[in-house]
Amino acid sequence: MSKKEYKTFDFELSLPYRLAYGPTWTRFFEGLQEEKIFGTKCHQCNRVLVPARSFCPQCFVDIDDWVQVSNEGTLVTWALISFEFYNQPKKPPYAAGLIKLDGADVSMFHLVDGFDMNDLDKVKETLPIGRRVKAVWSEEKKGHILDIKYFQPI
Amino acid sequence: MGRPVAIIGTGQTKHGNRRDVSYPELVREAVKAAFEDSGITPKDIDGVVSGTMPSMMEGIGMTQFYLGDAMAAVGKPILKTETCGSTGMSIAHTAYYWVCSGEADMVLAVGHEKMREGESQAVMSSCFDPFYQKYFTSGAPGIFAMQCQDWATRYNIPEEKVRDAAALLSVINRDNALDNPYAHIKRKVTVEDVKKSPIISYPIRLLDVCPNSDGTCAVIFASEEKAKKIGTKAAWVKGVAYRGEEYNFGDGDKVEWQSAIQCAKQAYEQAGITHPRKELDLVEIYNPFTFQELLIFECFGFSERGKACDDILNGFYNRDGELPCDRSGGVLCTNPIGAAGLIRVAEAAMQVTGKAQDRQVEGARLALSHALGGVMQFNGLMILGSEL
Repeated sequence: MSKKEYKTFDFELSLPYRLAYGPTWTRFFEGLQEEKIFGTKCHQCNRVLVPARSFCPQCFVDIDDWVQVSNEGTLVTWALISFEFYNQPKKPPYAAGLIKLDGADVSMFHLVDGFDMNDLDKVKETLPIGRRVKAVWSEEKKGHILDIKYFQPI
Repeated sequence: MGRPVAIIGTGQTKHGNRRDVSYPELVREAVKAAFEDSGITPKDIDGVVSGTMPSMMEGIGMTQFYLGDAMAAVGKPILKTETCGSTGMSIAHTAYYWVCSGEADMVLAVGHEKMREGESQAVMSSCFDPFYQKYFTSGAPGIFAMQCQDWATRYNIPEEKVRDAAALLSVINRDNALDNPYAHIKRKVTVEDVKKSPIISYPIRLLDVCPNSDGTCAVIFASEEKAKKIGTKAAWVKGVAYRGEEYNFGDGDKVEWQSAIQCAKQAYEQAGITHPRKELDLVEIYNPFTFQELLIFECFGFSERGKACDDILNGFYNRDGELPCDRSGGVLCTNPIGAAGLIRVAEAAMQVTGKAQDRQVEGARLALSHALGGVMQFNGLMILGSEL
């Protein structure tokens, strides 16, 4: 005996938003437009936090000590995204990674690209943990996180 | 800890593809089952705690409004708790604190999700800020793939060994789910099947990953006085702990994972546990990904650092091993995400009260339940025992 199929209600939600960057993030993204990556240093724990913050999440003190960190750093870990999902920002395969920039004490989340991603073994060979990477800049900069197009193995 | 709190009843839906019912009907199915299990009625309840992850999974913003009727909340106070993947655990904690405070004697906790009604990975991406992190999180598998690679490299665990251990863990969970009448994915697989399944995000393959499930879990918490008066076999809350970390994924260390390590430490202290590996009878770990469960075994002190793979391969976590893991089949086989953490609590409660039927661990007296959430930002635990 087949089970009765009940009705479904199909709809889509699309909503406009305008989110405020605030002074610290505005300055950070203005930096990206000049191909500079800024962090802020906490005077209590002495860590340089990248992307820049207006306060240290561990010490909970205001921070306003701006430090320009390197455009190069070390790959802490990475993932090759091989699956597709609705409204995905990029078509697979693509790689995301955590990059610890020279001069920073925490890692930054970004794309890792600039090499062939169609062969997993080659990707593994190209991206040993600890691999040196550098920022590749987008030609057109909008004061957006993707002004850094991706980080490329050096 | 404050005054003693007991779990006096649990209820679950048959989890899976539940297009046969509306969302309120799905929720009510578990709530009714919890009332039947505990022998009480809605009028005995002082308050209701509800949660989902996140509300927009089903396209309806305020689920506690929409689902209040189905949770027998008419005329009662209702609270909502949402902490991403750990929502189900946080619901249990909220209900526990409410009873523990003395402001309520009996509280109904309900975790629910109808995950198959939306686009789960896209909805989860909406949890992140669009400034820094959203573009790179790429759903849940990406971040867990990163954690696994970081862990295996740090402890120099050979790739093949990690792969074999995770594959065996998938087989163990999937075999366990065959005994669970509520489980979603009930399919026997082999280690080879897991290792040959399609890559989702290296090293994670399809059979290392949980499904999208519809489902609800309801749990009733009661004071000592009420629990004794009702007289059904109760599971007693022995330890409750929760820890958060920084929001920015790159700020914290997800291998020496402080939220997991510290919340376990606190819960063990409360429960008087000094050797979790020996003293616990079973664990219900929140395990949407096999590799992440291996790492949790180490963070919680069941396995030594870098040794979870050896323990899995040696049968330590088997159903007849020294510490059976996820005898329910875990999140790996059933993931209505807002309910998934509360299902861990319910399964642990069923085990220590001898109600776990075909999946009963013989003589279970002390059980640990767990959930995690955020971009690995949160970990929470509840330890349950058979005695006050």
